[in-house]
Amino acid sequence: MPEIADIWSYLAQGPLIWLTLTLVAYVVADAVAQFANRAPWANPVLISVLLLAGMLWLTRTPYTTYFEGAQFVHFLLGPATVALAVPLYQQGARLKSAILPVLAGLSAGSVVAVVSALWIAHAMGLSPQLLATLAPKSTTAPVAIGIAQSLGGSTTLAAVLVILTGIVGALIATPLLNALRITDWRARGLSVGVAAHGIGTARAFQVNPTAGAYAGIGMGLNAILTALLAPAILRLFL
Amino acid sequence: MIRALTLILLCQLAGETVSRALALPVPGPVLGMALLWALMSAFAPLARAVVPVGEGILRHLSLLFVPAGVGVVGHVSQLGTQALGLALAILVSTVLAIIAGALAFVAVARLTGSRDA
Repeated sequence: MPEIADIWSYLAQGPLIWLTLTLVAYVVADAVAQFANRAPWANPVLISVLLLAGMLWLTRTPYTTYFEGAQFVHFLLGPATVALAVPLYQQGARLKSAILPVLAGLSAGSVVAVVSALWIAHAMGLSPQLLATLAPKSTTAPVAIGIAQSLGGSTTLAAVLVILTGIVGALIATPLLNALRITDWRARGLSVGVAAHGIGTARAFQVNPTAGAYAGIGMGLNAILTALLAPAILRLFL
Repeated sequence: MIRALTLILLCQLAGETVSRALALPVPGPVLGMALLWALMSAFAPLARAVVPVGEGILRHLSLLFVPAGVGVVGHVSQLGTQALGLALAILVSTVLAIIAGALAFVAVARLTGSRDA
C-alpha cells in the first residue's frame, strides 16, 4: 500500500487537485455566506481566497503550481465577460427608460474611480508602473488585465487590485448607500457595478434583483468606458 | 446549450481578433460582449437560446475571481511600503466612486422624472 505522501506527490503534479480544491473552497465559502445570511463581511471570494491561501501555505505549494489547476476556472472570466450581454439584453427596455440617469451615474462613477485612485497613489509617491496597474481596478478582471497591459502595468498585480477593489466595494456598498439614504435600487446597483465590477454585482444580486441588474449594466458599460478613458487620465499623472 | 456556448466563444474570439488587429484599447471580451448584445437584440430566437446559458455562467461569477484572488497573498509581501498607498487609493476611490455614481444617478433621475418600473 502506497504512503499518503506518495499519493499526495502524485496528485500535486496534476491540475485535478487544485481545480477540485478551488471548487471545494468556494462551496464551503458559499455555505458560510449563506449561514451568515449573506452578510457583506462573509464574502465568498474573500473566504475562498483565505482558505486556499492557507492550504497553499501549509502544503508549501507555489502559486504557479496552484494556477495550473485553477486556470480552468480563471479562463471562464473571458466567456463570462461576453455573457454580460445577457443582463444588458434583458435590461434593454429598462435601460432605455433610464438612459440619462444611467449615463450620468456611469460617467461620474467611472471618472471619479480612476481620477481619485491615481491622485491618491500619485500623492503617496507610487511608481508610474503601479499607477498604470491601478488605473483600471474598477473594471472586471479580464478587462482590467487587458487595459493594464496596454498601459504598461503589471497584469498579475492588476488582477489582485481588481479583486481587492471588488471586495472593498461589496463590503462597504450597503452601509455606505444606507448612510447616504439612497433608496432607488437602480442607483444603488449601478454605482456598485461601476465601482466594484463583478464582485460588487454578485453582491448586488444577493441584495435585490433590480440592483443586481443595474450593477450588471454598470459593470458592462464601465468596462467599455474605462478602456476608452484610462489612457488619457493616466497621462495627467505621469 | 452547446450552440449558445459556441456562440459565446465565437463572440469572444471575434472580439479578441478585432482588438488585436486594430490595436484597440478595448479588450477582446468586451468587444465580444458588445457583439453578442447586438446579435441578441437583432435575433430573438438566438437570444432565447443564449439567455439560460449566460445566466448559468453568471450565477457563480464570484467563483471565477478566486484563482486570481489567491495571487493576492504572494503579492502583498513584495509590495512593501507601496502596499499602503495602493490600499488607501483603492479604499478611498471605491467609496468616492460609489457616492459619485449613486448621487449622479439619483440627481438625473429626479431631473428627467425617471422611476423604476
